[in-house]
Amino acid sequence: MIELDNITLGYGSRRLIADVTASFERGTLTALLGRNGAGKSTLLRAMAALGRVESGRITVDGRDVATMSPEQRARSVAFVTTDKVRIANLTCEDVVSLGRAPYTNWIGRMQEIDRRIVADALEQVGMSGFARKTMDAMSDGECQRIMIARALAQQTPVILLDEPTAFLDLPTRHEVCALLQRLAHDDGKTIVFSTHDLDIAMSRCDNIALIDSPDLILMPTEEMRRSGHIERLFGIGR
Amino acid sequence: MARRNSILFPALAAVAVMLFLFDLTVGSTTIGIRDVWAALTGGDCDTAMRDIVLKIRLTKAVTAVLAGAALSASGLQMQTLFRNPLAGPYVLGVSSGASLGVALFLLGAPLFGVGMSPLMQMIGTAGAAWIGAGVILLMVMALSRRIKDIMVILILGMMIGSAIGAVVEILQYLSSESALKSFVIWTMGSLGDITASQLRLVAPITVIGLIISFALIKPLNLLLLGENYARTMGLDIVRSRRLIFVSTTLLAGTITAFCGPIGFIGLAVPHLARMIFASADHRTLMPASMLAGVIVMLACDIISKALTLPVNTITALMGIPIVIFVVVRNRSIV
Repeated sequence: MIELDNITLGYGSRRLIADVTASFERGTLTALLGRNGAGKSTLLRAMAALGRVESGRITVDGRDVATMSPEQRARSVAFVTTDKVRIANLTCEDVVSLGRAPYTNWIGRMQEIDRRIVADALEQVGMSGFARKTMDAMSDGECQRIMIARALAQQTPVILLDEPTAFLDLPTRHEVCALLQRLAHDDGKTIVFSTHDLDIAMSRCDNIALIDSPDLILMPTEEMRRSGHIERLFGIGR
Repeated sequence: MARRNSILFPALAAVAVMLFLFDLTVGSTTIGIRDVWAALTGGDCDTAMRDIVLKIRLTKAVTAVLAGAALSASGLQMQTLFRNPLAGPYVLGVSSGASLGVALFLLGAPLFGVGMSPLMQMIGTAGAAWIGAGVILLMVMALSRRIKDIMVILILGMMIGSAIGAVVEILQYLSSESALKSFVIWTMGSLGDITASQLRLVAPITVIGLIISFALIKPLNLLLLGENYARTMGLDIVRSRRLIFVSTTLLAGTITAFCGPIGFIGLAVPHLARMIFASADHRTLMPASMLAGVIVMLACDIISKALTLPVNTITALMGIPIVIFVVVRNRSIV
């Protein structure tokens, strides 16, 4: 469970969200929606403690992410960013193994248990066959799955993803979201991802979090559908 | 992968040892390998030959080993930190910064009428090089946080280097003949001018820099995925950046201080290591780059002695083709 406690975020003098309190429950998949520049990435980065919070607290299972050690944080929240990772000579297995960093020793030595966790993570995202392949010759969808497997190897209760379906074609988008849905429901992860894809958000997610600056509206998907917030914010049906 | 490494590392180490011994035989007078061995092991050998091997050539060969490992390790760190396959201490102006520090010290101190003992001069040269290298590295690090385009960073590094070159020339123009002479000799970039007493300073400091490089293996691996990913996987970014800064300044600064600016080793050798070992993992790449750096530097030293040319002309001629290959291939390597 990840909770926002009275948080305010902004760029310089610009307020994106102000005094927001919200709670993302264990075992739920939440889509974070909002117009361009509304602060979806900023909010996700703040939740991963990559960005600054102007005021308020963000807690994972009751512990403040700001005061955690880097390793504790890496065991609490995993983040899949929009950064492209295409490195020559780096295999998918290597990338997923890096997710074990918060658990390994000073040189990153992999124990038997670490190797098993990496293999499981690859299996869960359906990429076991790609373990020895390098990412520079893979499709965007395949790379996204590898980055998700890396997040799984971190064994965190919370996984955040910034636009995981951007650049993917329609079937692949649904596959990735079905994967996220499964991870939330079967493994009890708290998953929050930002997207511009309303259809996917509405059909696959348990909750919708909508940034309506300076507020964040978090509701179960059905309730959000009936509320009319989405039509109002995105100018649909007028 | 493990099997590949278990063949390649011993093979390269053997090559390094052979080149090291061969390096001791080459010079103004050729000394046979048997005499070199005798001189090293305290066996039966001509006294004059023993003195040449132990007092002159050994110092030089050890310097080549240290310089090769140090420049390659600092180049690898910079390439990963800046996620830029063309980064290196020379290209990004860090070596130039060290040059400026040394120039200010060697040319500036006499202007103010400061006389110096050799010991003072040695420590002052090293300190000036560290400060110069450190300041430029800080500038490049600060710039790279604002500017994400790797080509822009590279061009800025080259501009910084050129600007420093100009300042150094002005200093030369203003300087007295004797100060100028000691500086010009320094800029020739020579492994040979280093004395045994200087080596007593260079060796431990280089070793400290190399030890820090090994401590940085895990952070560098995480940084392969970029700073954001690295931080969410538990990297203490402030601490890692500080360590990379200290290590690179010590390694590139110390070698530049005593050997003069040696180009392209730091840039080219990590690529050589990547090609040979087909790996991006720093657990392999860090020792591999150091070992390859030792081999390349010894080879350059042997060639430079055989042709009696400054060693940095040889490193440039050997390094530039690799750099061109990397640019032409135009693939993301880091």
